[in-house]
Amino acid sequence: MLAYTLQRLLYVIPVAFGVSVICFMLVHIAPGDPLTAVMPIDATAEQQAAMRAEYGFDRPLPVQFAIWLTNALQGDLGASIATGRPVASEVSRAVGNTLILAFTASLIGFPLGIFFGFVAGIFKDTLIDRAVTAFAITGVSVPNYWLGIVLVVIFSVTLGWLPSMGAGPGGSTNWAWDYEHLRFIILPAVTLAVVPMGIVTRTVRALVGDILSQDFIGALKAKGLSRFGVLRHVVRNVTPTTLSVVGLQLGYLLGGSILIETVFNWPGTGFLLSNAIFQRDLPLLQGTILVLALFFVFANLIVDLLQPLVDPRIKRG
Amino acid sequence: MSHTTPNLLDIEGLEVRFHGERTVHAINGLDLTLKPGEVMTILGESGSGKSVTLKALLKLLPEKRTAMSGAMRVDGIDVMALTGRALSDYRGKTVSMIFQEPALALDPVYTIGDQIAEAVIRHERVSKREAMDRALDMLKRVRIPSPESRLKNYPHEMSGGMRQRAMIALALACKPDLLLADEPTTALDATVQIQVLLLLRELQKEFGMGIIFVTHDIGVAVEISDRIAVMYAGNIVEEGSVAEIIKDPRHPYTKGLLEANLHDADPSETLTSIPGSPPPLDVKPDHCSFAPRCAYAEARCFKALPPVLKPGPGRRVACILEEGRAPVMTPAREPEPA
Repeated sequence: MLAYTLQRLLYVIPVAFGVSVICFMLVHIAPGDPLTAVMPIDATAEQQAAMRAEYGFDRPLPVQFAIWLTNALQGDLGASIATGRPVASEVSRAVGNTLILAFTASLIGFPLGIFFGFVAGIFKDTLIDRAVTAFAITGVSVPNYWLGIVLVVIFSVTLGWLPSMGAGPGGSTNWAWDYEHLRFIILPAVTLAVVPMGIVTRTVRALVGDILSQDFIGALKAKGLSRFGVLRHVVRNVTPTTLSVVGLQLGYLLGGSILIETVFNWPGTGFLLSNAIFQRDLPLLQGTILVLALFFVFANLIVDLLQPLVDPRIKRG
Repeated sequence: MSHTTPNLLDIEGLEVRFHGERTVHAINGLDLTLKPGEVMTILGESGSGKSVTLKALLKLLPEKRTAMSGAMRVDGIDVMALTGRALSDYRGKTVSMIFQEPALALDPVYTIGDQIAEAVIRHERVSKREAMDRALDMLKRVRIPSPESRLKNYPHEMSGGMRQRAMIALALACKPDLLLADEPTTALDATVQIQVLLLLRELQKEFGMGIIFVTHDIGVAVEISDRIAVMYAGNIVEEGSVAEIIKDPRHPYTKGLLEANLHDADPSETLTSIPGSPPPLDVKPDHCSFAPRCAYAEARCFKALPPVLKPGPGRRVACILEEGRAPVMTPAREPEPA
């Protein structure tokens, strides 16, 4: 167990390094000069060169990467070109808000997805199954920013029940789990939860159907287990794969959604990213992507570490 | 028929029909009896309905697609009428089953000990501790080496032979009166096959349960059983003691099966096989199902179901060739309207 844990932890290092290389390079591959946004239009060639030197953009890319990585390892992601504020603090504030949104969306999406998946899997090829599957496919297929807008039109504009923008009276820094704040999170969280819910529903449905068609289900009935007793075995068998899918979807939720956070003006990482992209704010962009990618890596690490606890077939040690 | 002890198992006129894209008449009016402690082998090729008969006895066939009729009694329990709680009380306690492929018949994410204990807890309402003690005792009885550590093993950590032993331990944990064995040695290596067969025979003497053993291997049938019933196209064509079937087969199909047997074939001989293939069972047989492949078939074999004749006690043959040689149990009959 210890060896397995250590091995998984060590795997994170090369993956995280690869992720950082890609984060850094992607932004540089994108066309356009990051400094045009902040430079006066009539800047002279000398002024441009001076500015480039100040941000270190005149050095070879590998050198820039090495400097950036060294700083990043010390928690310094540079300063935003647009605002001059440290990227690390901008990102950490946004990450906090995205975590709140992701957590709420998880609470909605995963239990419902697992529940619907079980119902559809148990009643496979019946009307119930078809209804649930149709619902799940719709959830996965509908563009979620469009769904967000529709929900805003219905619940904010027409009915006036829920607010449509922002993170509540505390603004982007002071979130609280009270009614005044929760009202603001309902619409974005529901919108964000729909896709993972659909994916989890379909996965669990397929898994349950598969397990129920296995020989050992007949053997369990043959030894006298009730429907409930058999179901207990199904749950245990379905858990490992469900856990991996939930982990992947959690990574997706932690990454925030640029579109949904933009639609609802939610001050999270997605919102930050879209601003960074439009303002060509290179350090902010790199820092945000890096933090999000690392979240994804860690979500998978946690799933990997939990996996042997629920599936004895995964070799321990 | 006079008998002092009541039968452990009585099957009368069992019919099993599957509905789906096409209808399959899997079992067509099967009669079968078994005395307590008797070991009976049902011998037949794939698709003859052997496994379906076993699954029907535990009502394990998919409910929605299966139509069953006839009568089945085990220990006086009317199996056809069982549902819900009464059915699950009966399964595993009165009748239990071992399966062809133990790797697939055991839950991969539960330990062997847990899986055995679960059955014991279910039927005897004992504590987990007591159930685990029983599981350990059962593993010892099926001669699994170092049973204490095997108790905590998962199925994938055991060999095929060990898994089948664990499956047998599970099936016998609640001391059933009848054990159904669905080709339990087919998936095993030849040497392991013999060990498992010998074990089953010993356990039968120890526990005294009746066994219905399903196989297509005559050698296995001879090794394990007191009686053999030969099955073809969803019905029994011949039944008798092992010696009777082996030394004096009466039905042309049984004869064909014995001739096709490799076990003591002379290497210089050409192997014979039964020409043709089993009939598709999409219509209910209205004449002898074996007639198209039978060298002795007469015109009337294609017109009506064969008579069932009784050449001796506990012996029956469903073939016109026996006519005049043996008393009639059931006369040849026109098919009933389906």
